[in-house]
Amino acid sequence: MSRDSILKAIKQNQPELRPLPADVDFYFEQTEAAEKFKQVLEFIGGRFVEANNYAAVKASLENTFPQAQRWITAIDEFSELATLIQPGDPHELENVDVAIIKAHFGVAENGAVWVTEDLMGARALPFITQHLVILLNRNNIVPLMQQAYQLIAEKDYGYAAFIAGPSKTADIEQSLVIGAHGPRSLTVFLLDSDN
Amino acid sequence: MKVGLFVPCYINQFYPKVAIDTLELLEKLGLEVGYPLNQTCCGQPMANSGYEHLTGSTNELFTQNFAGYDYIVSPSGSCTLHIKDHLHSDKAPAEAKSIRSRIYELTEFLTDVIKVDSIKASFPYRVGVHQSCHGQRGLKLAQMTELTAPAFSKPEQLLNMVDGIELIPLTRADECCGFGGTFCVAEEAVSVKMGKDRVADHIKNNAEYITAADMSCLMHMEGILKRQNSPVKVMHIAEILNAAMV
Amino acid sequence: MSAVKDHAALAQAFNKDEKRVDWHDETLWFVRAKRDRASHGIPDWELLRETASQIKHNVLSNMHDYLVQFEGNALANGIKIHWAADAAEHNAIVLSILKEKGIDRMVKSKSMLTEECHLNDFLQDNGVEVIDSDLGERIVQLAKEPPSHIVLPCIHKKKEEIGDIFHEHLGTAAGESDPQILTETARQHLREVFLTRRAALTGVNFAIAETGEFVVCTNEGNADMGAHLADVHIASMGFEKLIPQRKHLSVFLRLLTRSATGQPITTYSSHFKKPRPGQQMHIIIVDNGRSIQLGREDFRNSLKCIRCGACMNTCPVYRRSGGHSYHTAVAGPIGSILAPNLDMKKYADLPFASTLCGSCSNVCPVKIDIHDQLYKWRQVIVKNGYSTKTKTAMMKGMTLALSSPAIFNISGKAGRLALKFIPFAVNNGLNPWYKQRDMPTPPEGSFTDWYKKNRKGEQP
Ligand code: SF4
Repeated sequence: MSRDSILKAIKQNQPELRPLPADVDFYFEQTEAAEKFKQVLEFIGGRFVEANNYAAVKASLENTFPQAQRWITAIDEFSELATLIQPGDPHELENVDVAIIKAHFGVAENGAVWVTEDLMGARALPFITQHLVILLNRNNIVPLMQQAYQLIAEKDYGYAAFIAGPSKTADIEQSLVIGAHGPRSLTVFLLDSDN
Repeated sequence: MKVGLFVPCYINQFYPKVAIDTLELLEKLGLEVGYPLNQTCCGQPMANSGYEHLTGSTNELFTQNFAGYDYIVSPSGSCTLHIKDHLHSDKAPAEAKSIRSRIYELTEFLTDVIKVDSIKASFPYRVGVHQSCHGQRGLKLAQMTELTAPAFSKPEQLLNMVDGIELIPLTRADECCGFGGTFCVAEEAVSVKMGKDRVADHIKNNAEYITAADMSCLMHMEGILKRQNSPVKVMHIAEILNAAMV
Repeated sequence: MSAVKDHAALAQAFNKDEKRVDWHDETLWFVRAKRDRASHGIPDWELLRETASQIKHNVLSNMHDYLVQFEGNALANGIKIHWAADAAEHNAIVLSILKEKGIDRMVKSKSMLTEECHLNDFLQDNGVEVIDSDLGERIVQLAKEPPSHIVLPCIHKKKEEIGDIFHEHLGTAAGESDPQILTETARQHLREVFLTRRAALTGVNFAIAETGEFVVCTNEGNADMGAHLADVHIASMGFEKLIPQRKHLSVFLRLLTRSATGQPITTYSSHFKKPRPGQQMHIIIVDNGRSIQLGREDFRNSLKCIRCGACMNTCPVYRRSGGHSYHTAVAGPIGSILAPNLDMKKYADLPFASTLCGSCSNVCPVKIDIHDQLYKWRQVIVKNGYSTKTKTAMMKGMTLALSSPAIFNISGKAGRLALKFIPFAVNNGLNPWYKQRDMPTPPEGSFTDWYKKNRKGEQP
């Protein structure tokens, strides 16, 4: 193993210590967070829907995905519409059409939501599903990534992700195609309450 | 105030009119201008090719020539930048260091030191301004499109004082023309392609003249324009600022 | 093409098809324009760049301790850590991990480091099949070419050419070139791959010393599809990917994608901290010349790079010469200051493949002084004897003429020696200037001649 020789070379060659910048939370943009979030999310190909409660979300989802066969969720309250996810082999999620999960918070400047693996049920779920639905509480939108990391700086998780829009690629001549390897659509429901 | 005129080697040899206009322009502003006859070159051609170690003698010569002047002014952003960044002397190290802060490119000298607010010149044509990279990104003669910062342009500030002139906007405001010193021959294919594209941007936007604070970029673009038999002409900014009133 | 790969020759070949050069240039300029729109929308953009730069300077100066801290935390999180001195050791480690599990097929998401290490070739030679899952990388893999851009691997390929590749390998209809249809085909093809591979290799965008986690950014979701479905996740990283604290991600994630493609953030910014139950997670920390670069005072800052690709998109030379003209895994301006560290002779041409226009340094989100380093590499390369004899002779001749006012000032059009030594007007029959450009017409006399006649004449 080259560990020690690499570390030794680094120690020898690294320059004199330079300080970290005192402050990385220097900027606070005062915008209407929910409005900005909606704008950006739509710009990056996501759907944004405001809903009063879970009942409204369910009604909307049944309308949006009439063809969907397999629904999976990690939210107890959705267990009539979708099957509650169980621990197990992620390969079994292969044919999921719609997955419904919650996010901790959203970020207005880039339309991303923060989801840790406990909210996903399985790490693979938000990626393998054809369509992803995420519930977000209106009070949980921060303007910038700086505030986002203030919220998660001390949190523990095994896996977590910022998810911003549906999966996409522009690898062929820079023309944007939605639905690369992950979900073909992402819908964020903005809710006033948590039920 | 005593101003020393530094005329880059290729301007001296190929474009004496640019140097004459620069001199006359400075004289018209009432400045006492001297021209050390023993000047040759700033040494940039060697340095940019990786031979900075050969520039000792041009450096000494430069330092000797311009030691007596309060300001050194040159109609070239590129050569000015080279002196600012690299001039040093073993014989007179302090003098060389001081020259580095006393040298100015012509347009910045006019806007920042002399602070001219009017120019008696007339040039009733559509003109595209080419921002030479060394002038713009090196000397900060104009704001750079890459940055999130307020716009300004010292060359345009001056050109706007000229009677009848119409500055045309470019599709790519500050793309390099591809001259690049020895790059222009070492990387002939890319250099020419960059030059063609730059020229095409000016033509597409209806320029009659292309101007710049660097004659080297203009020489490169002129070579391309001439080969294309284009009616569009190049003109150093000093030639426009010193153009007679009509 | 000469035997020794040379940027100028490769670029000349690329320029044979001018229409294609225009297309390549416009496509990348479009990305630069998107980057401008995104960055100009952030009032504190320049402050963000400065902050990112300072964080990276701190990392370089404290690399040893951060690495040890990272290693400790990652181990505590249940991740296995490996160290590789060079490409060969990195590749051997990957192979041994796979062998131990009896795996002979692996899916891989984008990792420029594995390109640098030529991992695919090595594994193939050792009986392991590797499939690249990033669409652009899959395309160049099927075409048997290296990526030409670190963020947009197949940016040099036209959709019709991609259509032909897909027709041959993935059974799309002949002549089909609709990006939508091609992407859907790749989706189906790669979904099968994700579902059947037991090992996935990903790159690392950021590794966090404070927590021992690493972050991978993709738009397609391919890194996650691979990793979450595999029994073994291998993440390869150059040691410079470290950042001190999780909160520093706020700065880098704001900069990275805006600089890269003009998006506000990639679709997925995945934070891997612990393996999922039953999964093995490995991190391979690679040196491969980086510790040497860290010791080069003038060039160590190149290790601040976060591989956004902005310097390539803005580079007027890159746009008109194509990524392959740099004949190295990382092309463009950043590649030209990284490559000579690895092999000064082989890459002696790259620092000269630039006009030193400086646009690269201005777009760089971590403020690497790229064009200054190109200038400095030129000096180092010449001093180490990797310049040609003709060029050296020419430079010495030029120096002689320019060092002597007497020679320089010989007057008269015919006799003016200086005309021969004006840098770019090197007067020989093969003058490349003249191929596509007219020479300026030398006037009767120089400015000095005029001055002597018309002014009193300043004494030297
Ligand atoms: S050098 Fe800077 S601009 Fe270029 S890829 Fe690296 S971070 Fe991006």
